[in-house]
Amino acid sequence: MNVKKRLLDGARMTRAIRRMAIEIVERNRGIEDLLIIGIRSRGVPIGERITREIEAMEKHAVPFGILDITLYRDDLTTIAPQPVVKPTKLPEPIDDKIVVLVDDVLYTGRTVRAALDALIDFGRPKAVQLAVLIDRGHRELPIHADVIGKTVPTDANEVIKVKLEETDGEDEVLLMEK
Amino acid sequence: MRTQSSALRSKDLLGIEPLTPEEITLILDTAEGFKEVSERPVKKVPALRGQLVINLFMEASTRTRVSFEIAEKRLSADTLNFAASGSSVEKGETLIDTAENLMAMHPDMIVIRHKHPGAPKMLADRLPASIINAGDGAHEHPTQALLDAFTIRERLGRLQGVNVSIIGDIAHSRVVRSNIHLLTKMKANVTLASPPSLMPAEIEKMGVRVVHSLDEALEGADVVMMLRIQLERQGKLSLPSLREYYNTFGLTPERLRRANEGALVMHPGPMNRGVEIASDVADGPYSVILEQVTNGVAVRMAVLYLLAGGHLVE
Repeated sequence: MNVKKRLLDGARMTRAIRRMAIEIVERNRGIEDLLIIGIRSRGVPIGERITREIEAMEKHAVPFGILDITLYRDDLTTIAPQPVVKPTKLPEPIDDKIVVLVDDVLYTGRTVRAALDALIDFGRPKAVQLAVLIDRGHRELPIHADVIGKTVPTDANEVIKVKLEETDGEDEVLLMEK
Repeated sequence: MRTQSSALRSKDLLGIEPLTPEEITLILDTAEGFKEVSERPVKKVPALRGQLVINLFMEASTRTRVSFEIAEKRLSADTLNFAASGSSVEKGETLIDTAENLMAMHPDMIVIRHKHPGAPKMLADRLPASIINAGDGAHEHPTQALLDAFTIRERLGRLQGVNVSIIGDIAHSRVVRSNIHLLTKMKANVTLASPPSLMPAEIEKMGVRVVHSLDEALEGADVVMMLRIQLERQGKLSLPSLREYYNTFGLTPERLRRANEGALVMHPGPMNRGVEIASDVADGPYSVILEQVTNGVAVRMAVLYLLAGGHLVE
């Protein structure tokens, strides 16, 4: 795959995540009942960073959880080998919380659909919002993000590669061609 | 979406013997993810929705059958239980005919327990469904060995280099055979102890150490696995008396002190209290016997999940 464009470098990613944190606090008028949940795998470090930014801003702890959506995927019986299953870790009951789901890239919307199903099995949140670092379009389901780091128009034959310090050793977002 | 490169090679789980260490690790790692599902308020995930699993238990079983059934239900599979008693088997139908008739109903997986070794293999060779061996004669009981390994790994953090002593009726035990395969593949050290009449000849060739007293087996053990004296599997009891067995091979709190500090006490169940294990040990602080039962569901969910996906070869 060829790299077509570097969409974000480390500094710009940090600023995008900081702005997402501000937007989350703003649209909820504070951090009351807020629960940030990262979707495995790259939604986890992004969610953690957003949580840290909010905590630094508001000088108050914000709960953070991890959601594994593997078992809720709609393509489980058609893909081989089976994707690896990891635990979901929620710090507290989600009932009556404002849950902010965090993922790296919003594309077809199928991951978010699975995440919503998974979440509902844990309780009844007051509201669920979606924050993504990159929105690349091409939705296959009626799903939209509430907080977006960067919107990138793409073609179907292009691939967005999000690299993070925690998982890949460096921060950058690349637009690549298959 | 990302997928992991590692997978099970076979459509079936017939035993531990054909598995690679990587496949064993994959099952144990996957089971960790599933353990959390059983602790949720809604203990169910949709992974196997629409799949039919038949539980074909041609030999008595409570724990294993219930554990499989719970695992299947937590994965949202449809389940059907088929027992030998009260079925066409009593009317003289052969295993193959039974299986082919069940196959005509399009199950995706069949979990089978049978008194004859090799019965699961016979089905696996003939049927397109995934076959899971839930115990075949004295041959193998792979999910039991996997849940034992899961419990050891969870408690001690590793399998490699762990000293596991297995004590009791070695000759009639499929659990011990699966455990020897698994533990030696994962580089644990296995010691076996039993009265000579219950120890198969040349079992050392499986890469284990054989001793003839309980005290020798307990010395330096990190894990003490007690086996049931299988009264129903022996033509006649090849022991002088159960009381004598308890006196020589029964695990008591005093004798357990010879094992390493904090050694785990395991038992695949059902226990004969006062025969192979004293109640004070079975219910004692080092016993992980009930954890084994809990972990059994997670391990069986992992096996069902891994076998249910699209298959690599074919």
